[in-house]
Amino acid sequence: MTKYLETLSTELQERFADIPIKIKIAYNELTIEISAKHSFYVCESLHNRFDFSQLMDLCGVDYSQYKQADWETKTASSTGFSRGVHEGIHQDENDKPRYAVIYHLLSVKNNQRIRVRAFAEGEPPCIDSVTSIWNSANWYEREAFDMVGILFNGHPDLRRILTDYGFIGHPLRKDFPVSGNVEMRYDPDTKRVIYEPVSIEPRTLVPRVIRQDNRYTD
Amino acid sequence: MPEIHNYTLNFGPQHPAAHGVLRLILELDGETVERADPHIGLLHRGTEKLAETKPFNQTVPYMDRLDYMSMMCNEHAYVMAVEKLLDIKVPERAEYIRVMFDEITRILNHLLWIATHGLDVGAMTMFLYAFREREDLVDCYEAVTGARMHAAYYRPGGVYRDLPDQMPQYETSKWHNADEVTKLNENRQGSLLDFLEDFTNRFPKYVDEYETLLTENRIWRQRTVGIGVVSPERALQLGFSGPMIRGSGIEWDLRKKRPYAAYDKLDFSIPIGINGDSYARYLVRMEEMRQSNHIIKQCIDWLRNNPGPVMVDDYKVAPPKRSEMKDNMEGLIHHFKLFSEGYCVPEGEVYATVEHPKGEFGIYLISDGANKPYRMRIRAPGFAHLASMDEMARGHMLADVVSIIGSQDIVFGEIDR
Repeated sequence: MTKYLETLSTELQERFADIPIKIKIAYNELTIEISAKHSFYVCESLHNRFDFSQLMDLCGVDYSQYKQADWETKTASSTGFSRGVHEGIHQDENDKPRYAVIYHLLSVKNNQRIRVRAFAEGEPPCIDSVTSIWNSANWYEREAFDMVGILFNGHPDLRRILTDYGFIGHPLRKDFPVSGNVEMRYDPDTKRVIYEPVSIEPRTLVPRVIRQDNRYTD
Repeated sequence: MPEIHNYTLNFGPQHPAAHGVLRLILELDGETVERADPHIGLLHRGTEKLAETKPFNQTVPYMDRLDYMSMMCNEHAYVMAVEKLLDIKVPERAEYIRVMFDEITRILNHLLWIATHGLDVGAMTMFLYAFREREDLVDCYEAVTGARMHAAYYRPGGVYRDLPDQMPQYETSKWHNADEVTKLNENRQGSLLDFLEDFTNRFPKYVDEYETLLTENRIWRQRTVGIGVVSPERALQLGFSGPMIRGSGIEWDLRKKRPYAAYDKLDFSIPIGINGDSYARYLVRMEEMRQSNHIIKQCIDWLRNNPGPVMVDDYKVAPPKRSEMKDNMEGLIHHFKLFSEGYCVPEGEVYATVEHPKGEFGIYLISDGANKPYRMRIRAPGFAHLASMDEMARGHMLADVVSIIGSQDIVFGEIDR
């Protein structure tokens, strides 16, 4: 399995020598990192030349709070932990662009999987649609648009899919609160369902911490 | 008089044949479907967002509530993803228990599918028979976890506890007198494995009975043969998996092709269909039930002869024993840390998949080294299947839409997430 991944990785390196591309193998999985403007080209040749006939999954990721935690854990021994939760107090360096689209491809013929991460830039982030390569991308791209707010150029029908009719915002962005922005109730006076700003306060039950566990460091 | 050619029909979201809260906008020409536009998301609970706010070990119960018809298989994908990131090797006994319950779950799911699919198409009796068998399997769930549906049995590092030595028994009540109770308890005298073995001996005959009711049935055939045909090429394009892709004639089963847990040590075969229609998918699922039954039998034999631990011996991941926690300072600290903060998972990303009764169920987990997932993505098989609704239903009659929904085996818990 690992050997196959390595040969595939060198093959990919050769095939995409003309564009900036990063190839990583971790946990027995191969990841290609590319920028949005090359995504269609890479996906097309993965489908046509490398037999990745199925798009199993497509999702958007918001990397804006990557490596941020609510507790400072490194200096704890000298000053003690703070008991209160401060969101995002601990920040490690994060050089990733904010949005990425992640494709999980499967080759039924070669029994192999590959992951493609395409970083989308701009606000709103924009990337080419792969619906014409894999038809299953249609709903997945609608979902990524709905949840993370990534726009897909050339998508036939880019509507919201999971959220309510007339919903505002993109729930899986990191700046969207877990409790949402609006709540809904039936109003007996006007005899219809109305939307109001949420009345519940978001709270953190378990603070997010990043600990350096020496068992996993090299 | 104006002539009306096309009109739009709103099917659901409260319709028994919609299998949950599916709202289908159907554009009809007479009774022929011109276009089907499924509106989903009525059961959206934001599981992916919720998982980002919880430590890794607290997300397991959410998994049961995704595809609420195949609870333990969902958990399996999630715990596999966490274990992969933590680099844990699960005890072999736990792997066999997981496989056994995955297959119990597969039978549970397929029984519910045949029950509701039958009911939609007009075979009322199937519903009653399938629920009779489901009862026994749900009892197994209950015996091992205490819950009949939302088990939360698989944990990162193994399973919550070993199989019980004593199967729970019925007691006399105002509904059952002593004679009835003795009869009900006949196969519950031994352990869970004895009870399950008794079931696996009976079950193949039950499947044959279902087949005598349906396989050659003229009405059943009229409603399913040639309905919703998907060619192998289209099945790949549409991202199909599980019985849907096998119904189209592609031999693809993750249990065989990319074995996980103990599947590489077990003997079973993959049924595939030929025509890619609703009837082929029906035949595939029926045979899958027999194969699952065969796998369960092998697991029972193995589990009888191989006692051992069912959870890793690492208190950073698995909770210490109750006595350890009460008497030992170390144990107390581990217990406290585990249930308050959880554990930090090393930075990285994995995509773990299982062959779920409905297809490929995958968990894509990104960890940035914290005690909570940075992003969890659920790849639900039903999502891709329902997305092909428009293509499958086009040109068919309105009544066939029901048969197509049935053969896709749609459950909204996983599609809406």
